[in-house]
Amino acid sequence: MSSPTLPPSESFKFSMLLSDTRYRGMSLQVITFIIFMAVFFWLVDNTIKNLALLDKDVSFNFLWLRAGYDINQRLIPYTSDSTHGMAALVGILNTLLVAFVGCIIATVLGLFVGILRLSKNWIVAKLMSAYIEGFRNVPILLWIVMVFALLTEFTPAPRAFKGAEPEATMLFFESIAITNRGTYFPAPVLAEGAYWLLLCFGLSIVASIYIIRYANKQKKVTGKSLPTFWISVAVIIFPTLILFFAMGQPVSLEYPYLKGFNFKDGIHLRNSFLALTLALAFYTSAFIAEIVRAGIMAVSKGQSEAAASLGLRPNKIMSLIILPQALRVIVPPLISNYLNLTKNSSLAIAVGYMDVRGTLGGITLNQTGRELESMLLLMGFYLAVSLLISSFINYFNRSFQIVVR
Amino acid sequence: MMTKIAFVRKKEIPPSAPPITEVGLIGWLRQNLFSSWLNSILTVLSVYFIVIILWDFIPWAYGGHWNTKSLRECLDLDPDVACFSVLTARWKQLLFGLYPAEEYWRPTLTFIFLLLAIVPILFPKFFRFFWFSIIYPGLAVWLLWGGSFWSISIVYIGLTLGALFFLTLIRRYLKNYMIAAIFAFLFTAVFFLFISNPLVGLLNVILPISLPFVESLKMGGFTLSLIVGVTGIVASFPIGILLALGRQSNLPVIKMICVGFIEFIRGVPLITLLFVASVLLNYFLPPGTNFDIVLRVVIMVTLFSAAYMAEVIRGGLAGLPLGQHEASASLGLTYWQSQRLIIMPQALKISIPGIVNTFIGLFKDTTLVSIISLRDPVGLASTIRADQKWNGIYWELYVAIGLMFFIFCWGMSQYSQYLERKLKTDK
Repeated sequence: MSSPTLPPSESFKFSMLLSDTRYRGMSLQVITFIIFMAVFFWLVDNTIKNLALLDKDVSFNFLWLRAGYDINQRLIPYTSDSTHGMAALVGILNTLLVAFVGCIIATVLGLFVGILRLSKNWIVAKLMSAYIEGFRNVPILLWIVMVFALLTEFTPAPRAFKGAEPEATMLFFESIAITNRGTYFPAPVLAEGAYWLLLCFGLSIVASIYIIRYANKQKKVTGKSLPTFWISVAVIIFPTLILFFAMGQPVSLEYPYLKGFNFKDGIHLRNSFLALTLALAFYTSAFIAEIVRAGIMAVSKGQSEAAASLGLRPNKIMSLIILPQALRVIVPPLISNYLNLTKNSSLAIAVGYMDVRGTLGGITLNQTGRELESMLLLMGFYLAVSLLISSFINYFNRSFQIVVR
Repeated sequence: MMTKIAFVRKKEIPPSAPPITEVGLIGWLRQNLFSSWLNSILTVLSVYFIVIILWDFIPWAYGGHWNTKSLRECLDLDPDVACFSVLTARWKQLLFGLYPAEEYWRPTLTFIFLLLAIVPILFPKFFRFFWFSIIYPGLAVWLLWGGSFWSISIVYIGLTLGALFFLTLIRRYLKNYMIAAIFAFLFTAVFFLFISNPLVGLLNVILPISLPFVESLKMGGFTLSLIVGVTGIVASFPIGILLALGRQSNLPVIKMICVGFIEFIRGVPLITLLFVASVLLNYFLPPGTNFDIVLRVVIMVTLFSAAYMAEVIRGGLAGLPLGQHEASASLGLTYWQSQRLIIMPQALKISIPGIVNTFIGLFKDTTLVSIISLRDPVGLASTIRADQKWNGIYWELYVAIGLMFFIFCWGMSQYSQYLERKLKTDK
């Protein structure tokens, strides 16, 4: 038996740093790091020099100065006397509002279109694929300005509602007015005791969740399933309804009405908000539809056949077998589309909606001349949102992916 | 006793024709449009929808005016039809922006050459014309911006000399690729720093070929969209591959830089990056530098889509079984060999839909340059509408612009589907 021969000990040569695989990775990293740091410091150095030339400093104090401009849509109290920081906050809330409403509409539309796209009905499937291709292949900016044009040019002016025989009428029993200055909805007015109603409503939602949980537990033990859907609907609706009438209808609707040349009262949704939200929702829904379709098609046919051979009914096959598996494929890209919608909402400037880019990255930036700080804050906001959402995707993937071996 | 058989059919009965409700047009209608009451309702609704859309659209578009002087004239003639005269009057602007009118042949020629340069890449049958695709970028830059022919071709000359130098080193003197690459790089740098300028001067004297210079702010319309879009697409693809490899790398420093870059770019909207390009970039560069706005935009758009591209390709890489890496390593291939020959061809094939989606997204995103007041088609639309003559025109312009984008993007997605079918190896 021969003893293992050791490789001849080599002396270290300088060229081995590049040619020997043991050292090459290390030297490559060191070189990259040096170049990276050099570029970084070069940029920082340039910035310092440029700021010194312009006699500027880096300071975020402007956030506490008076803003001096108005924002026409705000979710929190704000006047032109508020600070730039408040203006940024109003903008952030406006961005989140568009993103939230847009995501809901986009999901509903996308689900609808995606499922109909798979329909066996030839004309419906073709119509839906025309919808998808149409929205996906035309820039979102164009859709935003088009929807805005549609809302402002093809709707009647408020004065068209005037007179004994008006040119335009309000929809849904005189409750919704679509005008070229925006759409007016009835607003709920909370009288005394309305909070009890809200509390009752909240409690019944909690109760219905518990009922569903209890039913699921029972199903696991006994194998019998309760009609949970109808029970929870009843639980959510009836107590609140009974309380509503028992307390003498504490919530009423305040209808918009025409006064002078404009509508008064009610909830006023501006065209800028509507156009941005609807365009973003339509555009994103086309992507969501494709995701939904891909998700449903990703569940192999054997799954539904196996379920059918076990004797499950079609709706049970959908809810118990296909959807849970399809959701695993659907949810991560769905959420990243929500993220895209949020980022695309920065196109608000095209229709004059005051989102965070319009306030912090627009008027505040121009008024204070703090380009560097404003852009940093703006990017920080978007980065924070996107990191939050992507960490949620990662969490979802970890907890719901199929565990292989 | 024999049973008497009264009758035995000798011939098979010919199959009777299928019921009329199951085949032909009626069968197709029944199966595809009226298979259940729900489907019938959907069909009727869809047909109704299509009819009301076309009912309005066809007379509007068909009877449209093409030769009036202003929107007012259109409305006086017939207010219910389209006024395409705005396209007749301004189509040159929509296509070329503010490009000088007597030089329109240059962007046109560039576009024709673009189509020719794409052919060898898209269809392998014509791969022998690939040299044209390589010289095309320089040719396009020269045609669009003008200036001396030699100041562009010197780049090609320099790079060719550098490559030749590298090959000679490898063949004759050195074995190590990396060291040879470093020397070749130094050689090329010396060429560009010290030799190229005098050489260009000399060539300009000997053989002056030049076109009138056109500045970047004159570029606009679809020319601008195509410049930004095509450059972005071409440049973001290799950068995306490198970023994806860097993100998969087991060298922590490189991995960290790539992850940081990708996540940062993907986390912010393109608009903020374009604002950085137009407002902030001057802060980051040495005082007094001011380089071309179109180039800045192209760089930002490229970086933006490179990050998305990297994620798409990373998906493709993750989709490959680990055995492929291990098998190629066990065959003794080096890292770059195995990437080039084994990993990338498969990973890229898986990620074709994602890659083309990124390209389409990039091309659509070129419209965002209108927000930093460059004159792309969407920006031009508002300029045209601000004109007294066309104030109040919407659909004619938007439909035309939307249609142009649709044709490009839809074409790309159709090609990707063709490519997927062609490259499909498992049937």
